[in-house]
Amino acid sequence: MAETAQAKPIGAHGGGEGTRRDFLVLTASALGAVGTAAIAWPLIDSLNPAADTLAAGAPIDVDISKVAPGMSIRVLWRSRPIFIVRRTPEELKLLESGKMNPELSDPDSKALQQADYARNWHRSIKPELLVLVGICTHLGCIPSFAPQPGNTPVENWEGGFFCPCHGSKYDLSGRVFRGVPAPLNLPVPPYNFVSDSVIRIGENPKGSDFDLSSVEQL
Amino acid sequence: MAAPRTQNRIIRWIDYRLPVFSYLDHELNEYPTPRNLSYWWNFGSLAGFMLVTMIVTGIFLAMYYTPNVDMAFDSVERIRRDVNYGWLIQYIHMNGASFFFIVTYIHIFRGLYYGSYKNPRELLWILGVIILLLMMATAFMGYVLPWGQMSFWGATVITNLFSAIPKIGNAIVTWLWGGYAVGNPTLNRFYSLHYLLPFVIVAVVMLHVIALHQHGSNNPLGIDRKGPQDSIPFHPYYTIKDMFGLGVFLILYAAFIFFLPNYLGDPQNYIPANPLVTPPEIVPEWYFLPFYAILRSVPDIWFIPSKLAGVICLFGSIGVLFVLPWLDTSPVRSARFRPIYKWFFFVLVVDVVALGVCGAHRPEGTYIVIGRLATLYYFFHFLILLPLLGKMERPRPLPASIGAAVLKGGAVSAE
Repeated sequence: MAETAQAKPIGAHGGGEGTRRDFLVLTASALGAVGTAAIAWPLIDSLNPAADTLAAGAPIDVDISKVAPGMSIRVLWRSRPIFIVRRTPEELKLLESGKMNPELSDPDSKALQQADYARNWHRSIKPELLVLVGICTHLGCIPSFAPQPGNTPVENWEGGFFCPCHGSKYDLSGRVFRGVPAPLNLPVPPYNFVSDSVIRIGENPKGSDFDLSSVEQL
Repeated sequence: MAAPRTQNRIIRWIDYRLPVFSYLDHELNEYPTPRNLSYWWNFGSLAGFMLVTMIVTGIFLAMYYTPNVDMAFDSVERIRRDVNYGWLIQYIHMNGASFFFIVTYIHIFRGLYYGSYKNPRELLWILGVIILLLMMATAFMGYVLPWGQMSFWGATVITNLFSAIPKIGNAIVTWLWGGYAVGNPTLNRFYSLHYLLPFVIVAVVMLHVIALHQHGSNNPLGIDRKGPQDSIPFHPYYTIKDMFGLGVFLILYAAFIFFLPNYLGDPQNYIPANPLVTPPEIVPEWYFLPFYAILRSVPDIWFIPSKLAGVICLFGSIGVLFVLPWLDTSPVRSARFRPIYKWFFFVLVVDVVALGVCGAHRPEGTYIVIGRLATLYYFFHFLILLPLLGKMERPRPLPASIGAAVLKGGAVSAE
């Protein structure tokens, strides 16, 4: 301790070159920054989905044998409603004709809202069976299934999905109409046919590596 | 950093209206600190670091914990197994309790050795004892949350302490439980309070620091600063010293977190709580063992039954610390200049360790004898020895000033 009295005053060093003190301050600060980041990351990452939450998002099998033409069912996958619709031959004929395409925002499904295997006029693997994530691309409400054209739920309704929150309209392939708040078509989740009567939601057909989280908007 | 002298116009603008920078400058930069503080003075800031660590990790754990008797245990297991880095956060928190108590106990014994509780720091000391009590309550309730066997039976035993109170004891215990026994209402209120109390501790710590800064730190010599030659600014001298100590402390703390995470815990607490089976041995966490030993050691005293006497002594062991500044009659602070007290201080340290050992073992055979003697000494030390020693002991001559003692050759101004 006796030396402290005789020692040079703190900060007394020669010239503009880096000193021992500069070196110590820099290395100590760098170590402190690395240490802070090293403890901050586990805390931040802990808020991401836990392992069991992710495991609960594994693919699910759905029996579609009871879904008659014109009928729709809903299942929950990854906490999201999945619409499964078996369309009637008349509905398919209308969709295939492309008669309504000028009224649609993205009739050819150019936006990445589905895998390549659903980028077609019926937006599905088999034309009659439609599988959609039933969440409006506007602000996350669940559209209702209203296949019958007429004056419900709104005037001049052409049949499809109607979102009650802000009036967004989708056709029977989940394609969004022009002039509504929703910007994009309803997303198609990855799925494949285990058999004619069972589909597996969450798993692509062989040869595709489509990832639902890569779509423009869920 | 020096706000009033800074050229930064934004800082000057803010400081003119809200003097936070002046305040920080005053409390850190200008704050005169005795130039002779040893590493024993690191433990206050380490305790502050642990308080922040516990609050931060606790907030993240609370996002996953479920305070329900049917789900609590599983939710903690889920944090350990499934939540990203949950094992790390949980082990930091779990071992953090132990390390918080380690640094706090060292901090307290530092105060006892160097007489930091004496005039004019009595309130500083009393606020510290309040923090200790709050810490004990918080740690106890936190230990109940994982809802393992030790959680449940620890809660049962500790809440039953209050049943020793004559007449109204049973009503108090029922009130604490919110039911016929420790159960879901108990778990819920403990969780609520376990989240609340740390912030109460933060508030009392602020008062503790305000009281500290009023007269500044005590020092190993226990004499007052007499001039600028006795002081150095807190920053950078003690910020650096604190940070170095923190680095050493973190190495030890991390060693436990990563390599011995369950060393300080009880394996019984990995068994879900079962209200029908008491584990063969109920042992509190190590930091409560001395108090637990006092609780169990006390026999019947005259008309007071052993159960009540034990509880009185348990609370009395902390209560006596509140009046310590007036029990110690010696005007000399530091044990360096108190040749007899110095030895009794170490006897007290050994005594508390012995109590801890007794608390860890079943009360039978020699452990009863040692426990009783150690309990007796604990109260003898504070209630009889300290008042007498101050009158009988002849202290060594005190140095003229800190500077004179430190610089040997005399108080030459080093500034």
